[in-house]
Amino acid sequence: MSDGEDVLGQLAIGFLAISLIAVGGGIAVVPEMNRLAVDVHGWMDNARFAQLFALAQAAPGPNVLVVGLIGWHVAGLAGMLVATLAMTVPAGLLAFGFARVRTRLAGARWLRTLEMGLVPIAVGLIFSSGIILTQAAAVHWTALVMTIGSTLFVWRTEFSPLWVLGAGALLGAVFL
Amino acid sequence: MPWTGLDPERRARSFAGMSDTTGRPRPTVPALFLTYLKIGLVGFGGVNAWARRVLVEERRWVTEQEYAEVLGLGQVLPGPNALNVAIHLGERFRGGPGALAASVGLFGGPMLVLLGLAMLHDTYGDLPMVRAVLAGTAAAAAGMILGTAAKITTNLRPAWPILAVGCAALLAGSVLRLPLPWIVLGLAPFGILAAWWTMRGRA
Repeated sequence: MSDGEDVLGQLAIGFLAISLIAVGGGIAVVPEMNRLAVDVHGWMDNARFAQLFALAQAAPGPNVLVVGLIGWHVAGLAGMLVATLAMTVPAGLLAFGFARVRTRLAGARWLRTLEMGLVPIAVGLIFSSGIILTQAAAVHWTALVMTIGSTLFVWRTEFSPLWVLGAGALLGAVFL
Repeated sequence: MPWTGLDPERRARSFAGMSDTTGRPRPTVPALFLTYLKIGLVGFGGVNAWARRVLVEERRWVTEQEYAEVLGLGQVLPGPNALNVAIHLGERFRGGPGALAASVGLFGGPMLVLLGLAMLHDTYGDLPMVRAVLAGTAAAAAGMILGTAAKITTNLRPAWPILAVGCAALLAGSVLRLPLPWIVLGLAPFGILAAWWTMRGRA
């Protein structure tokens, strides 16, 4: 591995570029992150990447924080901070600029139409990521039963989803 | 309320321009920070589902429709969705300070947790028990995402053209596995057309 400053620069530039093509969300660019970390820079192998991703999924907070774990793996605390800031700050400034414009235009009919038109795509993509995560999680038929039970619980009740996540952790310890 | 001096007239105007928000509470900057800190820290298995629960059901700062719209915008813009949503809502309610408070809250807490987890994982990550618990949590989290999507759909009761675009996005993402930028940009014109058609019908 090259010297520390060099690696931090690679993390910053790599994740900055990835954040700006992340249309559809941070998770959309996981394959791109995999390419950067495994193929381009050889920071880790595929198995380690999958482990870090699973860890970020299991932890609370935005799933995009997997970039922090990659940074941690590559260059410790400094790597974690550089990777996370590169992934969030430039894209965040862009979103802020857009939000300012939007506030000024609020109520304009064409903007309302545009926003309404994006809603089904947003919801359809939530379904889609749920299906993909279900397939990945279905290591055993009991896991599938847990996913179905959890779906009904969240859909049909007003209780906090923390209950099903806790139950999932417990049942996982027993059955998986 | 320390931030009410911040261009209140423009905020009030933009506020009145939005549907269904009249009479809803307008959060302060500290409230935005604390609420997003909570969303980040309880946000197991996908923070968007939790953001929706806290913002729409618990705090009632936005309606189901508004949340879905801001999330849609967040997906079209590059960068993490949940961050884009936090910045939009923070800006809408309290301008720049609001956007900063919401995004720092969203990322600050989980960063610290993840730092601890990364250190623990280096030591214990390969234990079978840890793996089993993670697998069970992942299965439940997948159900949480599906349940949230089902809940939004039943609450919004979309007209059929909008429902069709939603189904197309679902299939394109899960069955065809197309790259997300293609789905978002490719379906956006159809979504907008469906929304235009629906609004025209109601007017």
